[in-house]
Amino acid sequence: MSQFAINVLFVGGSFAIYIGIAIWAKAGSTKDFYVAGGGVHPITNGMAIGADWMSAASFISMAGLIAAGGYANSTFLMGWTGGYVLLAMLLAPYLRKFGKFTVPEFIGDRFYSKQARLVAVICLIVASVTYVIGQMAGAGVAFSRFLEVEATTGLIIAAVVVFFYAVLGGMKGITYTQVAQYIVLIIAYTIPAVFISLELTGNPIPPLGLFSDHAESGVPLLTKLNEVVTALGFNEYTADVDNKLNMVLFTLTLMIGTAGLPHVIIRFFTVPKVADARWSAGWALVFIGLLYLTAPAVASMARLNLATTIYPEMAGQVENMEEAATNPILYEDRPEWIRTWEETGLISFQDLNDDGRIQMYNGNADFTDRGWEGNELTVNNDILVLANPEIANLPGWVIGLIAAGGLAAALSTAAGLLLAISSAISHDLIKGSINPNISEKGELMAARISMSVAIIVATYLGANPPGFAAQVVALAFGIAAASLFPALMMGIFSKRVNNVGAIAGMLAGLIFTVVYIFVYKGWFFIPGTNNLPDTPDNWVLGISPLSIGAIGALINFAVAFALSKATQEPPQEIQELVESVRYPKGAGMAVDH
Amino acid sequence: MADDKSNATAYWKANLRLITGCMIVWAFVSYGCAILFRPLLSGIPVGGTDLGFWFAQQGSILTFIVLIFFYAWKMNRLDQQFGLGE
Repeated sequence: MSQFAINVLFVGGSFAIYIGIAIWAKAGSTKDFYVAGGGVHPITNGMAIGADWMSAASFISMAGLIAAGGYANSTFLMGWTGGYVLLAMLLAPYLRKFGKFTVPEFIGDRFYSKQARLVAVICLIVASVTYVIGQMAGAGVAFSRFLEVEATTGLIIAAVVVFFYAVLGGMKGITYTQVAQYIVLIIAYTIPAVFISLELTGNPIPPLGLFSDHAESGVPLLTKLNEVVTALGFNEYTADVDNKLNMVLFTLTLMIGTAGLPHVIIRFFTVPKVADARWSAGWALVFIGLLYLTAPAVASMARLNLATTIYPEMAGQVENMEEAATNPILYEDRPEWIRTWEETGLISFQDLNDDGRIQMYNGNADFTDRGWEGNELTVNNDILVLANPEIANLPGWVIGLIAAGGLAAALSTAAGLLLAISSAISHDLIKGSINPNISEKGELMAARISMSVAIIVATYLGANPPGFAAQVVALAFGIAAASLFPALMMGIFSKRVNNVGAIAGMLAGLIFTVVYIFVYKGWFFIPGTNNLPDTPDNWVLGISPLSIGAIGALINFAVAFALSKATQEPPQEIQELVESVRYPKGAGMAVDH
Repeated sequence: MADDKSNATAYWKANLRLITGCMIVWAFVSYGCAILFRPLLSGIPVGGTDLGFWFAQQGSILTFIVLIFFYAWKMNRLDQQFGLGE
């Protein structure tokens, strides 16, 4: 069977499962649509959170980011998992106890203010739309690479499948497809990783292989990797970072941003009890951890593999690494997988010194003494995961699995985001403001229509990504960290923070963060409109625009507390509401309105 | 009612204490061991690198998982002890 046929089989098979689930899990009520009926088991929910959370970026790009940045990019690993500790202890159980359907609804009720709810809706939509564009674009790319169709055609096929289960089933359909998608994506991710780890270190468990000896040379894998990359002019892979302040703030921004992202929070509303919300967070992190503990192993192994493919003499026991680095392979002799990926443009070669060999090294380093005139092989970071099976010579079905896995990661996250967006529109805007007397049936219809519109908009933007789409980390995490997370946390842990404080705090955090990002990245991300170049020398105290969300959160807390102190305390019934979310007793009754 | 109230307050205080303890561990492994104190831990070798690197790429995630399960288990006991569970 041809590779194409295998890919079609795997992707088609997984899509058939999702559509089957859609038909089985049809939403009959708004409760089904928004919170999957509220009866999801915590382990099931943990898996669904895993798929909801792990996006195309986690599946495809993260290992590449770590491979390129080494220790410095461990921030993504800690940042994108540490948020679950915050969710489990600071938000999820209490928001579950509150027992309503959306995140803005809690903010609106707790701060007894429609304006507060509206600010939350705007933050939610900006963060989620930015996020969803990347997923749709990612799905398009996966389609075009593995199924040989135009990216736009692929995107439309993906959108139709999402339409099926998200519009029909709402959260109910999404929950069970996410479970299936988690299983597909985790198998697809770990199988190639196990083989690579086995090949390089003899240890079948990648996280252990990462700290084992490199089989061919007998030295520890990471020592080997450090030697190899330094001989090619790069920093040591495990080198420490000078700017610790920025590293801390970036990790913190990712953590509180994770905890404040509405599409993750609403998944905790689907379990029956408060205790289940806590357990779900634990299970979620177990399932997420399977991929996140594997990713750094994939990263270093793939980077070493790539280097020793180009410089075969570096692989074994090497006396003189510098000398081994002078003898890369001939371009003609390049392995098959490089040829395949050259067609996609994700790998490209340019023979700068006309010697027919591939000099791959840090292009900023000066190796004219070796007769090198610049880095000749440009490798897109995403390749490391996508080409993993080919690099490790795995059979064709593993490649088919990667295709299905990448799509599962993109679509499951997209569906979660689309639900967060559509429920904010139908529940917070339409039922909350425009037409509070809407019937249950009417609201369900409104939810389905909002979902359909959201899918169409996301598909369009995925095919024609605007400039801000590439700024997911800055925009989505910055906003969630600076505006939503502090408001939610104060709503639970302080009885004193009132409507004035909360609104002013959210706006202060949001505006501060967004302005700081715009100053370096351009106003509304329009190229050339930035006031200062986006380089470390220009950042205030060395804080990058990606790390500023944590400072924005601090400002949000400070403004909210100061203004609340200066104004009237919240009315009695609001203080009682805060009391009630703190105690699990009676959660069953609080559901519905 | 007064008893209910003081019982509830005691429950909440116990929860806050537990959260504070867990948060200290959370910050210690990630911001501490993996980032700020890494130079101090550089003397402890782990598979070709140092303990700080291990915490940054594996240790903190493993600790986070244990922390959440510990918290969930402990809170279940508090819920029962104070009669505030479901």
